[in-house]
This record gives sequence, structure tokens and C-alpha cells, in this order.
Amino acid sequence: MSDTLIETAINHHQLMDTVTENKKKTAKKKADKPAYSKEMYLSWYELMLRIRRFEERALMMYGQQKIRGFCHVYIGQEAVAAGIESAIRREDAIVTAYRQHGTALGRGCSSRECMAELFGKATGIVKGKGGSMHFFSAEHRYFGGNGIVGAQIPIGTGIAFAEKYKGTDNLCVTMFGDGAARQGSLHESFNMAMNWKLPVLYIVENNGYAMGTSVKRTSNVVELYKLGASYDIPSEAVDGMNPEAVHEAVSRAAEFIRAGKGPYFLEIRTYRYKGHSVSDPAKYRTKEEVQEYQERDPVKMTERKILDNNIATEQEIRAIQEKIKEEILDAVNFAEESPYPDPAELWNDNYLQPDYPYIRD
Amino acid sequence: MARKLALRDALREAMIEEMRRDDTVFLMGEEVAEYDGAYKVSKGMLDEFGPRRIIDTPIAELGFAGIGVGAAMNGLRPIVEFMTWNFAVLAFDQIVNNAAKTLSQSAGQFKCPIVFRGPSGSAGQLAQQHSQTFESWMANVPGLKVISCVDPADAKGLLKSAIRDDDPVCMMESELLYGFEGEVPEGEYLVPIGQAAVRREGMDITLVSFNKMMIPTLEAADQLAKEGISAEVIDLRTIRPLDYKTIVDSVKKTNRLVVIDESWPLAGVSAEVAYGVQKYAFDYLDAPVTRVNSADTSLPYAPTLVDAYLPNADKIVKAAKEVMYIRY
Repeated sequence: MSDTLIETAINHHQLMDTVTENKKKTAKKKADKPAYSKEMYLSWYELMLRIRRFEERALMMYGQQKIRGFCHVYIGQEAVAAGIESAIRREDAIVTAYRQHGTALGRGCSSRECMAELFGKATGIVKGKGGSMHFFSAEHRYFGGNGIVGAQIPIGTGIAFAEKYKGTDNLCVTMFGDGAARQGSLHESFNMAMNWKLPVLYIVENNGYAMGTSVKRTSNVVELYKLGASYDIPSEAVDGMNPEAVHEAVSRAAEFIRAGKGPYFLEIRTYRYKGHSVSDPAKYRTKEEVQEYQERDPVKMTERKILDNNIATEQEIRAIQEKIKEEILDAVNFAEESPYPDPAELWNDNYLQPDYPYIRD
Repeated sequence: MARKLALRDALREAMIEEMRRDDTVFLMGEEVAEYDGAYKVSKGMLDEFGPRRIIDTPIAELGFAGIGVGAAMNGLRPIVEFMTWNFAVLAFDQIVNNAAKTLSQSAGQFKCPIVFRGPSGSAGQLAQQHSQTFESWMANVPGLKVISCVDPADAKGLLKSAIRDDDPVCMMESELLYGFEGEVPEGEYLVPIGQAAVRREGMDITLVSFNKMMIPTLEAADQLAKEGISAEVIDLRTIRPLDYKTIVDSVKKTNRLVVIDESWPLAGVSAEVAYGVQKYAFDYLDAPVTRVNSADTSLPYAPTLVDAYLPNADKIVKAAKEVMYIRY
């Protein structure tokens, strides 16, 4: 690793420290006292554990070549999904990029359907047609994982446009990574969303790296939330390793948006423990950096908070762990035993017109 | 003298040789420098040429493609790498509306000597957005030249020609075949843009293909040979300008043609080849030209659907026998 890379890694680090310091200051008073109900803490814990175990198992299955193609896992970023979901409504929409298994599970998509999708099976959430990058669930108001960096930013803006047009008070959470923040689609969307006061919550999951390129190497503006200022969008940075912090920020943003005031932008600072995708050895960062984040692991920290504050008993925690373990094993079995799609399925879902004249020879 | 080189190494040699020869040549794209290239095509180039000439960009395809166009109009010779041509779709405005049009709209006052390169086509189970071929899209545009080639020796010679070319060139490679090895001559050589190569001579039928589909096409020719059918195999290498002559000369000899093209069938390269042959060799044809394309659908993720979608040797053999009126 070159010196520049180490330097940029450290800088990302310092950024994270700034957020944590700020949070520590504001949260000091209530840090020891749980601010939310037992159900809330346990649901955060359960969802984050579900995502963690799902992703660990997915990596294992990838190693066995049961899962193919690109596979970007969410390990380390679980608190983002947890904190968003507890702060919005089920009727709200979400659209995101290709690191999306956790987001879909957060929406309530089943482990079975998601795992079967990774296996490319007919029982998958999109019948084995999308794979790791493209889960969709109309039922869960989940508008998909998009494989083109930044493409979902205008799409999420359009989903929000439709909500406003229809006169609902739903919003659309439009998620993207730090890499996408450098695409033109972000700037065009921000401008129109603000100009038209669209009910969209933009969330950049800043995990520090666009594949192998650190945030600092892509711009002078490394505090991504500041990008909102060019368009007068209220924006803030949030500690993404803590579901409480995410929940609080998203709640604040959702209230603002539902009041008809227009978009809101959150930079949620998080970290991916694994490489960009399964094939990325992540040589561009230090082991120490990864370890440091793992010490602030959202799953472990939440578990500790629950136990230290007697929010729930060890038995209750263990019961959740057992439940999740069984659920994920069941999902893998389900995926294993499900059939692959029939080859004829290739000719479905291309057009709605039933007698579309395909060229077949 | 020749040695075995992988496609990625041959492409790298081409860029290195041209960059040593001409200081105006530079490489720009996502992960090309410090990461050594998403597919390691530019491995080590940052060490030799430094960050002035090997330039990592943010994920901003439209922006950096346009910066390339501007630099080319102002005297440089950029090589713009796309991680895949699927992502280059964001940059098509700059490629189609600017790179391709500069010479015409400036009435020859400005040229745009730029190379846009990266992998095109399917690469395993990558699903709808990461599996498309773009040869026919770009080849449709006057002003552009389009190379699509996986043979390492040809790819090296063609890329060198592309870098020296004064017109904008789109080069389509293959994610799956960056490790594909072939004999590459030592020393300086160029392969001219616009010439197809006869990879295998034959008498009974002509098989025309390009890029990754050359592999199942040659496999099919082997299978046909075992059954006593002698297939001539042509690698187009360049899609625009298309080398009609090599194809037509072959069909005049074999009187039968199958085109194998990973693009979709409608308005694709296979359609253009078939047009050219009926136009210039109509009286020589003993059977209608046929083609093997990817299915006329998006490419889903599941392995069963990928198999159903892509051309393969069996499908090519079947098409060849149809054209020869042999029962399959």
C-alpha cells in the first residue's frame, strides 16, 4: 500500500472520529440510559443479527460456488438499515444500489426468498432473475437494488415525485454509496427535488471507499453532507455504526419531509468490513483500520447496551441468536432445495404484451 | 519470435509502448492507477508513468469521458477506460454527440483522437445491467470506429493503431477473456483497423464471429470437422468499418454463411453482415444466411437462463447444419 493510501485511510478515520466525538458530546447525558423501548432495542438487534448471519452465510455459499456473479455484502453497515426502518413507515419506499441484501431484509423481505435469489432459484425474490444486485419487492415497497452507480438517485427522486403527485404523505428513502456522490445524477436530482420540494430522503452510506478509491481521492469535499448545501437541502452527518443515531436522524428528516418542506440529506458514516465485492482483496486499507471499526461493531455494541442496561436478559438475547441461526440455515436449505428457473422463463418478463413477436431464430 | 501473453497483458503492452513513444497519450478511468485496474489491465502503469499520465477518476463516466473529448480536441491522445461498457452508457452523450461529431461540426478544424476501451458482453451470472454488448450501438454512429477483439496479438496491434488513429475509436474487450492467452509477436507491430482475419480455412461453410464468441465458433468448427464439414472461420476484429470483402470472398467460396454474434438480433452486427452478403454475393448463396445471437431478451441471473440465452457451440453446429440442409 502506498503512503497516499495510508494517509487517506487515516483521514477517513479522522472524519469518523469527528462524528463520534460530536455524538459523544450530545449523547453523553443519555448514553448510559436507554432512550427507547425494549422492543425497539431488540428489533434493532434482531434485524442487524439477521443481516450479519445472512451475509456471513452468503459469503460461505459463494465460496462453495452456490452463489455466482458479483456479490457485495453489507457486513459492518447493518445499523444503517436498522435505524432507517425503525424511523420510517412500511408504506414509505426505498431504493438503493447493489450492496442491498441488508436493505431488503430490513424492508421485511424474507431470508428464504433473498437467499434463494442469491442461489438463482425460481423461488427467489425475483424468480432467480436478478441475483445479488437486483432484489425487488413491490409488496415491501422496495424499488430495488440498482447495479449502475448513481442510477437510483433520480429514480428515487421520481418515486418521491409520484407520492407527492398522488397526494400521499409517504416519502422515498433514496440510498447510495459515497462513490455515487460524484455522479452527475446526484446533482441534477438534488436540484429538482429541492426546487419541487419532493418528499425524498437522500442517504449516502459513506463507507469510506468507492471500490478501491477512498472518498478523499475523489473530491475536495470529503464531508459529503455538505453537498446538500449547494441546493439548500438540510443535511447532516450521522454515526452509522449506531442504530440509535441513525434512527434519530432519520426520524428528524422524515418529520421534516412529511411536513411538505422538501428533501433532506443524511450522510451516514459507516464501514464495510469486507472488500467491495467478493473478488476485492481490499489492499487499499490497513488491517488496523478494519479492526478499529470492528471494535465499534453495531451488532456487538447494541448487544452490550442491551445487557449492560438490563433492557433484556441474556436468555432473551440467546433466544434471538438461536432464532436467527435457525432462520438462516432454513433459508439456505430452502435455497438449496428449490429448483432453478425453467429455461423457458427467459421469455417472460421482457414485455407485458403477451404475444410480443420475439426474434427466435 | 513470439511468446504467450494473456489478453490483459497484451493490451497493457500496447498502452505502455504507445505512452513511451508519445507523451500526449495518457490513461484515465475508474481504478486504473492505484488499484492497478479493475481487471488489472493497467497493472504497474502508475509506477512507470506516474499520476500525471495514469489518472484515477471518481465514478463519473459522463464527466471523465467529456474531459477526454476536450483533451483530445486540445492536442492530447487520451485512452479512457470504462470498467465495463455497461457503465459507459452514462458517457454515451459525450461519445456519440461529441467525440463522433467533433470533426464534422467543426468542418475539420478540430479532431478527436481518443480511445474509449473496456470490456463488453456477458461475463457469467452478472444479470441484466452488467451483461450487454455494445458493438452494434457504437458501430451505428458515423465518426466512430469500433474494434471488438479478444485475440491477444490482434488486440495489442489494434489498440496501438487505435491510439495512433486521429479519429475516435471504441475498443470492446472481454471481462471473461482478460486471462485468455495467445501468441504475441515480440517487437513493434500494428494491426490495421478495418480488416477481418481468417482464423481457419474451410470449403463448406463460412462462420463469421468476433470477440468472445470466437471461442464457441472455433469449437463448433472443430465439431463440424469431425463430421466431415469444413468450416471457414472469420474473426471480424473490427466492426466499424466492417470488412465486407473478406466475408464476401469467403462466401463466394463456401456459398453458405452463419453469423455468430453475442449482440441481440434486431438491428445488430449479424443483421449488417447478412445484408452485406445478400447484397454482394447474392448469386453465390446456396442457402439463406442464418445467425446465432443471444436471445431477444434481457439476460437474467440464474444459470439455466444464462445457458438458454447465450450462443454456444451446439447452437452454432445446429445452425450450420440447417444452412447445409443436414438433419440435426
